[in-house]
Amino acid sequence: MKAPARLLIKGGHLIDPAQNLDEPADLLIENGRVARVGRNLKAEQAEILDAKGKVITPGFIDLHVHLRTPGQEHKETILSGSRAAVRGGFTTVCAMANTDPVVDSATLVEYVKSESAKVGLIHILPYGAVTVGLKGETLTEMGELQQAGAAGFSDDGMPIASAGMMRRALEYSRMTRLPVIDHCEEKSLSAHGVVHEGLTATRLGLAGIPTEAETVMIARDLLLAEATGGRLHIAHLSTAAGVELIRAAKKRGVSVTTEVTPHHLSLSEEALSTYDARFKMNPPLRSQKDLEALREGLKDGTIDAVATDHAPHSLAEKEAGLVRAPFGVVGLETAVAVLLTELVHRGSLKLFTLVEALTRRPAKILGLDRGTLAVGAAADVTLLDLGAEWVVEAGSFLSKGNNTPFLGWRLKGRVSDVMVGGRPVLRDGQFMNGEGA
Amino acid sequence: MKKWTRKDLLGLEDLTREELLLLIDQAAAFKEISLRPIKKVPALRGRTVALCFLEPSTRTRASFELAAKRLSADILSFQGSSSSLVKGETVLDTARNIEAMRVDVLVIRDNTSGVPAMVARGVGCSVVNAGDGSHEHPTQGLVDLFTIREKKGRIEGLNVLIVGDILHSRVARSDFWGLVKLGARVTLCGPPTLVPPVMETLGAKVSYRLEEALPEADVVIALRLQLERQQERYIPSFREYTKLYGIDLEKLKTAKPDLIVMHPGPVNRGVELSPEVADGPQSVILEQVTNGIAVRMAALYLVSGTHHGQTAEVPEPSPEGVET
Repeated sequence: MKAPARLLIKGGHLIDPAQNLDEPADLLIENGRVARVGRNLKAEQAEILDAKGKVITPGFIDLHVHLRTPGQEHKETILSGSRAAVRGGFTTVCAMANTDPVVDSATLVEYVKSESAKVGLIHILPYGAVTVGLKGETLTEMGELQQAGAAGFSDDGMPIASAGMMRRALEYSRMTRLPVIDHCEEKSLSAHGVVHEGLTATRLGLAGIPTEAETVMIARDLLLAEATGGRLHIAHLSTAAGVELIRAAKKRGVSVTTEVTPHHLSLSEEALSTYDARFKMNPPLRSQKDLEALREGLKDGTIDAVATDHAPHSLAEKEAGLVRAPFGVVGLETAVAVLLTELVHRGSLKLFTLVEALTRRPAKILGLDRGTLAVGAAADVTLLDLGAEWVVEAGSFLSKGNNTPFLGWRLKGRVSDVMVGGRPVLRDGQFMNGEGA
Repeated sequence: MKKWTRKDLLGLEDLTREELLLLIDQAAAFKEISLRPIKKVPALRGRTVALCFLEPSTRTRASFELAAKRLSADILSFQGSSSSLVKGETVLDTARNIEAMRVDVLVIRDNTSGVPAMVARGVGCSVVNAGDGSHEHPTQGLVDLFTIREKKGRIEGLNVLIVGDILHSRVARSDFWGLVKLGARVTLCGPPTLVPPVMETLGAKVSYRLEEALPEADVVIALRLQLERQQERYIPSFREYTKLYGIDLEKLKTAKPDLIVMHPGPVNRGVELSPEVADGPQSVILEQVTNGIAVRMAALYLVSGTHHGQTAEVPEPSPEGVET
């Protein structure tokens, strides 16, 4: 649908951490940009969107999504992933490079961008790989990747095993000012592990992935970032000890940021007790103690962003059983509702902080001019109905994957409306005509 | 009148003390049948038991097969090599196909933990776990409980020492749960790389020194050490393992005179147990094998009684009661 020339969102409660706003306010959008923010705004010939009872926020930004394109379109396509993102309130998502082929050249970055432009639903920012083919042997041409539109660099799915390689990546990427996003996993410690190494793994007779598989590499990366001045972003943080390491490094002034997933904030290893592959992801669901430390880290700002690590898989792949099934869960469509239900409504996280972790902070990590509704900003807007209740059902996903750990959960909070560049894409939970068809 | 209500037998962790006793009492009743010249009762006549062994197994498979035969069940047999898994079919799909042939009980052995549990959720017929990965081997655990009670007259209050690769042993897990629920004190002993310390939080005592643990024991269960453990760097050598954790006549001198020695088989003779100990007067290893059939008869009989939502009315365990 075409954007109306003027759109006035009236009667809502605006939360925009970038402007430190958390108050009732109207939002006037003109020609795809924010024109005015304030109380009781009036605008002639504007289309009016009644936001009474709703929370207005900048469109969410997800730093960590697997759109599986190119090469694994049976798991997800740019269209299905974009629709899932919109349903979850995300207007910008970053696409991981561990596709087939790996996005390790300017040509492939351009391919993802052009496919995204064809769909045109949301902003899709491809990451480029750190090393060619994710092999950990040769640096990619990071300068050229950036020119082609790469938003950051990551070998996600694979850790950068060699410390020497990671050092070079952190040094070389400095010219781009973009972060190196590391999936921290010391493979000689995780080996054939399937779940967190702890009581549940022992009871179930499953090979464990110890906490130290993550923390040993985080510690290494922090020291290298400190030494090189490179920009380090730790993907999908899962351990209490990892939170502690990053907290201390930030105090020393190391240029490091990190993210946490909704599932690591809401589930722990006990979920695995029934051997259900819907709870299998990497890093694995950790202990209750880790979960609580992650919540604390998000609250105090040690953890910068919430990112979904949305990792769709086909039913055939996931029904192979816990041990044989691939790692990964979907997350775009449930992220904000799960965090509202589990954290915000229970009083353990301020709504403002959650919105900040989904907007201003991820934008800052990548240096994006998004994640705010300041006058002049692109009008990527998400409206939340905090009280709406719904049940997560396998058949209701827009993603090609329904491998959710939240199946059957009753959630409170729903994304009702989404605008991308002032263009209404989702209204009252329904896609607008012609959007994402 | 005691009742068994579970569709499946997946592990001993799930079972109550009463359910464990029901199983071993039933096994005691069935053991007598194996001692008769005509070793057959019609308890499962007209029922079909599928043996789905997706990992090589000789003795457990033979034990289940004889158990089913002595109950007059029909038997359908699948093995790893002939199964359609190699063609890309999932275990669950295989199980659903077997179920579609109107099988009553599906006995599953798989080298992956959790497969029987997954299958049990996906099919309506009863599932008996014949050993899954490093998770559980409930019928072996029941054999050990049954044999200990038979030999010692009780389980409660005994010191039971399990020696070896606890980390990877499904037998150790089933033994542990069964023994603890029936009131035994369990000590787990082995090299620190193969004994998960978190077992202490579940109530086990952990020891890394056999010479300290052995004198206390009323029962010792030695576990088979798999060849891979050396390649996987859990232990430096079999030679050192045998020296530190292998039980020979010399070490046995420090033990209680009425200690019984058990092993789930097959024994690496000269590794976990010296041949003199494995074949010696304190060994009850072959009696475990004999008891295996009675225990598996009990397992098949009890779960098949619950099939189609019915509850088995289990008679006071006596062979006469079973025959009617």
